[in-house]
Amino acid sequence: MEHIRTTKVEQVKLLDRFSTSNKSLTGTLYLTATHLLFIDAHQKETWILHHHIASVEKLALTTSGCPLVIQCKNFRTVHFIVPRERDCHDIYNSLLQLSKQAKYEDLYAFSYNPKQNDAERLRGWELIDLAEEYKRMGVPNSNWQLSDANREYKICETYPRELYVPRIASKPIIVGSSKFRSKGRFPVLSYYHQSKEAAICRCSQPLSGFSARCLEDEHLLQAISKANPANRYMYVMDTRPRHRVQSWWATQKDIGRIIVRISSKIWNDEKIRESDEKKRLNAMANRAAGKGYENEDNYSNIRFQFVGIENIHVMRSSLQKLLEVNGTKGLSVNDFYSGLESSGWLRHIKAVMDAAIFLAKAIAAESASVLVHCSDGWDRTSQVCSLGSLLLDPYYRTIRGFMVLIEKDWISFGHKFSERCGHLDGDPKEVSPVFTQFLECVWHLTEQFPQAFEFNEAFLLQIHEHIHSCQFGNFIGNCQKEREELKLKEKTYSLWPFLLDDQKKYLNPLYSSQSQKSAVLEPNTVSFNFKFWRNMYHQFDRTLHPRQSVFNIIMNMNEQNKQLEKDIKDLESAGLLLVGSQVRRP
Amino acid sequence: MEFAELIKTPRVDNVVLHRPFYPAVEGTLCLTGHHLILSSRQDNTEELWLLHSNIDAIDKRFVGPLGTIIIKCKDFRIIQLDIPGMEECLNIASSIEALSTLDSITLMYPFFYRPMFEVIEDGWHSFLPEQEFELYSSAISEWRLSYVNKEFSVCPSYPPAVIVPKAIDDDALRKVATFRHGGRFPVLSYYHKKNGMVIMRSGQPLTGTNGRRCKEDEKLINATLRAGKRGYIIDTRPLNIAQQARAKGGGFEQEAHYPQWRRIHKSIDRYHILQESLIKLVESCNDQTQNMDRWLSKLEASNWLTHIKEILTTACLAAQCLDREGASILIHGTEGTDSTLQVTSLAQIILEPRSRTIRGFEALIEREWLQAGHPFQQRCAQSAYCNSKQKWESPVFLLFLDCVWQILRQFPCSFEFNENFLIMLFEHAYASQFGTFLGNNESERCKLKLQQKTMSLWSWVNRPSELSKFTNPLFEANNLVIWPSVAPQSLQLWEGKSCILCKPIIDSPGCCLDCLWVQEYVYTAVYIRYYLKIRRYITSFYCDKNTKFTNVILNCTQRWSSISRCCETVSRALLRVT
Repeated sequence: MEHIRTTKVEQVKLLDRFSTSNKSLTGTLYLTATHLLFIDAHQKETWILHHHIASVEKLALTTSGCPLVIQCKNFRTVHFIVPRERDCHDIYNSLLQLSKQAKYEDLYAFSYNPKQNDAERLRGWELIDLAEEYKRMGVPNSNWQLSDANREYKICETYPRELYVPRIASKPIIVGSSKFRSKGRFPVLSYYHQSKEAAICRCSQPLSGFSARCLEDEHLLQAISKANPANRYMYVMDTRPRHRVQSWWATQKDIGRIIVRISSKIWNDEKIRESDEKKRLNAMANRAAGKGYENEDNYSNIRFQFVGIENIHVMRSSLQKLLEVNGTKGLSVNDFYSGLESSGWLRHIKAVMDAAIFLAKAIAAESASVLVHCSDGWDRTSQVCSLGSLLLDPYYRTIRGFMVLIEKDWISFGHKFSERCGHLDGDPKEVSPVFTQFLECVWHLTEQFPQAFEFNEAFLLQIHEHIHSCQFGNFIGNCQKEREELKLKEKTYSLWPFLLDDQKKYLNPLYSSQSQKSAVLEPNTVSFNFKFWRNMYHQFDRTLHPRQSVFNIIMNMNEQNKQLEKDIKDLESAGLLLVGSQVRRP
Repeated sequence: MEFAELIKTPRVDNVVLHRPFYPAVEGTLCLTGHHLILSSRQDNTEELWLLHSNIDAIDKRFVGPLGTIIIKCKDFRIIQLDIPGMEECLNIASSIEALSTLDSITLMYPFFYRPMFEVIEDGWHSFLPEQEFELYSSAISEWRLSYVNKEFSVCPSYPPAVIVPKAIDDDALRKVATFRHGGRFPVLSYYHKKNGMVIMRSGQPLTGTNGRRCKEDEKLINATLRAGKRGYIIDTRPLNIAQQARAKGGGFEQEAHYPQWRRIHKSIDRYHILQESLIKLVESCNDQTQNMDRWLSKLEASNWLTHIKEILTTACLAAQCLDREGASILIHGTEGTDSTLQVTSLAQIILEPRSRTIRGFEALIEREWLQAGHPFQQRCAQSAYCNSKQKWESPVFLLFLDCVWQILRQFPCSFEFNENFLIMLFEHAYASQFGTFLGNNESERCKLKLQQKTMSLWSWVNRPSELSKFTNPLFEANNLVIWPSVAPQSLQLWEGKSCILCKPIIDSPGCCLDCLWVQEYVYTAVYIRYYLKIRRYITSFYCDKNTKFTNVILNCTQRWSSISRCCETVSRALLRVT
């Protein structure tokens, strides 16, 4: 509370963001410890959570007062005019302090109290159980097992404790491989496709200059490939654009030579290696064959694939540009489309989608296992693995399944939510809309397959709201180890039970579970199928939305149906009783 | 002239047909005077019946003895026929070319079409001006139905009966007609029951460079205003274009002579600008190879959505003047047959709940487009693939339908009809077995004796079996004014029209094969196999995306109504028991 100087300002104007005639509402602004609240003359309330505030700006003083522009992470933009500059300055300063916390303990989740007891809270945290999920996929089995190598976070701090690896991969191999991979993120199982016996695995990039070579890592790759009896070859997908990786390679920093070798073998056009270097490698590989390694020829069963998803910095500035264009008053159609184009946002979305489709096809059509990686294996890798699983497995298209998917591929595998969402006052270069892109890809899928998903758009928007809200513990912290240290399960609540309680709001009325059984989604990614997601980026600009929603009406209709069905039952049983009593009477 | 003269080869066997969404079909190709027919020997395979008048352009090419004809339709479909034998192919191509560009209207299919259905209601008499006037009459004391144009002598593009202010007699109307472009004197287009304000439309005033005046015109326009009220004149042209028009004898109303009226200029493009926009749009929809950036920049360059926004904005402005400000308005551009009609009809969609019903919308088309003299014959002569660019060809009506679709998307429950209804109207405006959209105005239609010699589109549409296809299951009558958003973020490309019908595109390794075809490459057996695979894939995708969606909604509503019926029976049964 020490940051709050002024708690209440009257006669504040809230400007309509898109009105060219400067329409406004007059009301009172309140500042609380957690929220900024505006109540207009019609008693309509606008609540803004401090954690949602991305930027506060004080513009030059005008005749009507001092303008204060607040941009939120959930894409709400509000433009206040505060009559007195002093008040405006106080609020501005308070918001600057309140929106950027220095310590995790100051986040809302640690003070949020939904009036539940400890048992209830714990039950909430146990709602999503990943061990249960791996069991559902069919692991452990004869080819895959649970490894206890990372039980104490000794091998990799950003991975969860429980990891599934090929049964034939021994602990020394895992440890060896982890040393060869950036941040120790060695190849582990992300999704197992039971009927195809193929796996999606994930890892980070190999750390090797020219000289190093890691037999353990190569062995682990072979083990993954062997764990799939259905197909001899596997794919290694590098989700980064090729030109970026090559420029890295040129600086001899960070590119796995095993992969370069494989790629040069398969893509003949990529003669990026000196021929004598190749000979030397061949010789090495042959030597290695004597020690229980596959020889050079056997490596050809790894197929290498680049898919060009740009890095977090490109994505951040892309979204920035998109929001700038959309914020323009009196935007013309041409400016909108040229802005959409120059922001590159939809191009990035399409790149993520294309990568996921490649992954799903490799598994569904070729029964081939796929290893996905990017640089650190927690941004693009999470996007591609989770979307790929979503395309393959109808379970992830249910409300509960989607929660499991996020828990598994995002939270447990160490997507750095706190850094990417800027929960704390930190490096702004670490902030990036990676998860937002994932949600947008899912939205595009719901548009193309209106019957395939149990949840609706509101569900996606709600999740997006809460990755930034810090109201629940799920998305706080950057990896499982950090979350355990923060004792989130004791001090905060889990989001999922609250979403499940509200399930009714998030149901897709068109969902049909029967038609989706074991169906692999094959989305069409022609450019014109990608549209601007108005309900996300303009979710608070009601004037831009359709005035009637088909979903709401169908949902109401379903409600009415249920009520009518109940009425029928009541009437029938009442009727039977009456008929029965009449029969008995004479 | 006999059609047989134009048909050198009436029949070819072993022709392979490729078209979007369907697998390739082999069969026998037959040419008749009005149709291109492909019938396969299997019973259950769908056949192609294509009206020659639906053909916009054809391409032909040869690979050895195999000839290929690519037919580009006015409804944006692209169909490919592989014909064995060079001579047959050449004959077929030249016949199609000749038959699809017949000069005489009386040789068109509607004059030969014999309906296979029972006519319940003759559409030619469904929307008579007298009936439409009846609807207003209870509220109108200041207006009358005038037959001054009975012989089409005062204004050739007006119908015989028009609604004008009661205070103005027919002689004055004749004088006003000489002052307005094409004799199109101001007439009533819409009467807003809520406050008695009106929308009128006309041609531009012929003021010329020396500022000609017409006392009767001023009197007529002022007669529509009540004392102390103001009105707006919406000129659909920008001010500089309107000023240039004076050099050609046209012009605009001087405010000094119409003191109660304020003039507003908007800029709705016309003629070839719109046609080029459509050509660019369809071209970019058909280009499968492009990446996201190219697609977006081409969509932008086509300007199609800019036109949509401009038209919708003007219509909203008109509706706002009427409903919010309580002012009457007069709308005109140059001739008053294109952008004027887009604005008057869209304003009615916004303001008038009746025009959002099927019947009301038909009446609107009849009144504001057909009777009002939109030159359908000229405007819809060619579509997006034509090479000969004529000044008078322009997708004005299609733009109007697109605008309606934009509003329908924003108010999905306020319209009694669905998207299919709009697409159907688009198709029939360009090629049809019905006479409704033939001719450029009422006078031409009378001369052609369309009422006697052809069938009306409405006779067919208004049968219950057809209506069910065009009914929006979510419709709930909404008696309010509906204000659409015209922000670029709220407007969308109408895929049903522009893309899905065009050519489906997928971004898989196989998609390049599809485009090879367009790029006139030789194809191989591999290609055909891929082609089939892709087609099947697209068909399933198409089903998933569109068909099922509507079906589900239909199911929902049907289920609901059956349950409520059940409920009623049960409660009635209960009443009897007790």
